[in-house]
Amino acid sequence: MKAIVNVYLKQGVLDPQGKAVHHALGSLGFEGIKNVRIGKQIVLELEAKDEQKAAQEVQAMSETLLANTVIEDFDIEIVQ
Amino acid sequence: MSVAILRFPGTNCEFDTEYAFQKLGFQTTIVWHNDATLPSDTNLVVVAGGFSYGDYLRSGSIAKFSPIMKDVIKYANKGGKVLGICNGFQILCEAGLLPGALKRNTNLHFISKYQYLKVANNNNIFLQKCEKDEILNIPIAHADGNYYIDDIGLEELKKGEQILLQYVDEKGELLPINGSVASIAGICNINKTIFGLMPHPERAIEAILGSTDGIKMLESFGA
Repeated sequence: MKAIVNVYLKQGVLDPQGKAVHHALGSLGFEGIKNVRIGKQIVLELEAKDEQKAAQEVQAMSETLLANTVIEDFDIEIVQ
Repeated sequence: MSVAILRFPGTNCEFDTEYAFQKLGFQTTIVWHNDATLPSDTNLVVVAGGFSYGDYLRSGSIAKFSPIMKDVIKYANKGGKVLGICNGFQILCEAGLLPGALKRNTNLHFISKYQYLKVANNNNIFLQKCEKDEILNIPIAHADGNYYIDDIGLEELKKGEQILLQYVDEKGELLPINGSVASIAGICNINKTIFGLMPHPERAIEAILGSTDGIKMLESFGA
């Protein structure tokens, strides 16, 4: 079983990298982009068999280490 | 009585920090991150600058779980003095000993230069030898120095007189150097026993290197 954790800066927290990429895309002539947010994806391969239990574990991992909840939000996807 | 200077894999300012404190007459001990306890005579813990664990995941995010940090948190919660310089500031925020977090600089550059700072509050043990609104010239060197705190947290910092240093020009006007909320360069906890700052006072102790403004700070820290 795999867990995919996506970590992003919270809405309202300025994302300097996203802003730079937004600007660069504009310079290249790509139009119609409202906003760019850059995050990171952390893929965990788990030994767990129980999906619900795994999700709880990964939730704890995310809150403890993978994300800094002062500035970041995260979501978890469990993939078989 | 001794200054305990923490060293993690990737810390690179521990010897500068040790040199600065020794020059000012303090006893120092460099403490390895795998040690379980601080020296028993510690009267100041310094989390020195550098790139602990290569800044992987987030600056300071892995260092906060090192064995020595358990004792540092215990020491801090008992009212012990803790100082975090640069990466040390990031570690203290990650560990929850200081409020807020440090993000990537808005211009995405690693900013390394002398920088004017304003002493925003001096009614604390750390900046007691400085005048309020005094302007200091101290080097900064960081990529993740963009201090973030939400509006409620900022109000609390102001009310508690916890904003200690702000980035300014030579006349004292606030500068948006790296995107920090309220141009914050350094803050302390509500009890004024834990201080984190992005600038490097240990690099401003000899005139030949451009400034001696760091001495006043370091003297107060170790006293």
